[in-house]
This record gives sequence, C-alpha cells and structure tokens, in this order.
Amino acid sequence: MSEVSAAAQPDDKRVFYLENEHPHADGGSTALGFWIYLMSDCLIFAMLFAAYGVLGGNYAAGPSPKDLFDLPLVAVNTSMLLLSSLTNGFAMLATARGRVAATQLWLGVTILFGLAFVGIELREFAHMIGEGATPQRSAFLSSFFTLVGTHGLHVTFGMIWMATLMVQIAQRGLIEANRRRMMCMSMFWHFLDIIWIGVFTFVYLMGMLR
Amino acid sequence: MSTHAHDDRGGAHGGHDHGNGEATPKSYLTGFILAALLTAIPFWLVMAGTIDNPAITALIITALAAVQIVVHMVFFLHMNARSEGGWTVMALAFTVIFVVIALAGSLWVMYHLDANMMLAPHEMSQTP
Repeated sequence: MSEVSAAAQPDDKRVFYLENEHPHADGGSTALGFWIYLMSDCLIFAMLFAAYGVLGGNYAAGPSPKDLFDLPLVAVNTSMLLLSSLTNGFAMLATARGRVAATQLWLGVTILFGLAFVGIELREFAHMIGEGATPQRSAFLSSFFTLVGTHGLHVTFGMIWMATLMVQIAQRGLIEANRRRMMCMSMFWHFLDIIWIGVFTFVYLMGMLR
Repeated sequence: MSTHAHDDRGGAHGGHDHGNGEATPKSYLTGFILAALLTAIPFWLVMAGTIDNPAITALIITALAAVQIVVHMVFFLHMNARSEGGWTVMALAFTVIFVVIALAGSLWVMYHLDANMMLAPHEMSQTP
C-alpha cells in the first residue's frame, strides 16, 4: 500500500491506484467469476426448492407424487445425467492433453446423454400433462414444474453451449480462449448434476415417502 | 516496506490455478463410481421400502445426498480450500449459509403459518 502515499507527491500528481500492480493473465480470474455466477444460480434454485418445500404438499384434491412419479424412469434419467458428467470429464481431460478429435467426440457423447435426459424429462412432463396434472392444477404441480423445468432449461442451454463449443473448437482448435470456455462449460455441467441430486432426493424420492 | 506490501499481494493472488488443476481419469472414475453408489442406495431404499419408517428413510437419503454433493465437488469440480487463494470456498460458504437460512427459514415460517391458519372443525362449519 505504500506506493499510494499521496503525501510524498505534489497535489497534481496524486495517483489512487497501485503503480506497480503485477500483470494479470488474460482470463486469469474467469474461473472465480464463473464460480460466483454459479453460486448466484444456486440461490435461484434454493428459492425454487424453498417454494417446492412450502407448496409441495398442497395437492388441491389433485394428483399427489405417488400418483404421478415413475421412480424407475427417474433412476434412468439420473444415470443419464451422471454418465454425461463422466463423459464431460473425459472431454476436459482430452482438452488438457490438447487432443482436438477426442474433445469433440466426448463433447458429442455428452450432448447425446444430455438429449436423453431432456427427452425422458419431456416425455414425463407430457405424460403428466396428458393425465391432467398440468402446472395450473395445484400449488404442488406449479412448484414442481417450475423447479424441474428450470433445471431442464439449464441442461438444454448447457447442450447449446457444448454444440457452440464444438463449432468453435473445429474452427480455432484448442486455443487458450476455447480451453477457458471448456473449463466454464464443465463447471456449469457438473453444477447442474449437483442440483439434480437435490431434485431427485427432495422432489422424487421424498415425494414417494410423503 | 514496499517489498513487504508486494509480497503480501503476491501471496493473496498466488493461487491462479483454476479448480481443474489435478483432473485425472482416475479422479473422474472414482467420483463416478462413488456417485453411482450414492444414487443407487437412496433409490433402492425408497423403491424397495427397506425401512418401514419414512422419517428415518428421509433422513438417510438426505445424508446420502449431502455426501454425494461433496463427492461431486471434490472429484468432478476438483475443489479444494486452496483454489483461487481460498475465494472459491469463501463464495461457497456464503452461498451455503444463505441457502440454509432461506430454506430452513421458509419451511419453518410457512409451517407455522399453515398450522395457525388451520381452522378447527367447529369453526369450519361456520364459514360460508
């Protein structure tokens, strides 16, 4: 802090910054910044979980979790997301070793698992809506569709991000910027898997215990 | 004095490595196997109805979910107390405190609100 000693300098030459601030690498703070974004996203999900926790028992004489949820299907869905986390990790390892083709391959596999997850989830939603269990039916269903739908939207955007990255890597290779994007994308994807742990535990499994 | 100040900042910014420094195939596979087990056990407990008391089952699956979240953070996100000079863990700690207050507070307040708004049967008959 001694560099900012204003008293030692004439008034017109006062500086209010560190004169010999060490250089920061381009994108050196991206990981922390992205982590703080993820934490703020976590607060969104916390609010949705709180809403579900408060409203989840209000069926308004409509269907309850036991009437609607198909646990074997949720188990398949959960394994899709978990497998996608693993293949995403393999894509990160390929990136670290500078292997373009392997990175593209694992990103593609991750997108396929993500598509399977979203596909199964949409099929479940369609089945529920077909049975009259729409978001308008009860407070339980409103909060259920908001929470699970928000997670599904995140997964969908994660897949769009991966597809974009595949194009970017095809165009430029594994340059520094693309490595940084890969790092953020994998943090995002693992974060979504962590949120899903909360969803399958508190929404699906606890719903069957009510 | 000047050198000393510079050293301090160097220390605070020292950990420029992002979270993914020590990623290996082994860490991902270990994490995957642990996560698969920690997913399979709660599904089995609920689907097979192994434990008669739902409250105990709920407690166990909550604990397993908490463990699985830690497994994901360590083996998939490769987090440790040193990444980004401790700021990652700091942000996480703030978020966890916030989430616990928001969740526990919402459930607690709304449960009591529900309980107090509940009409006793004789009052119910007088409502239009």
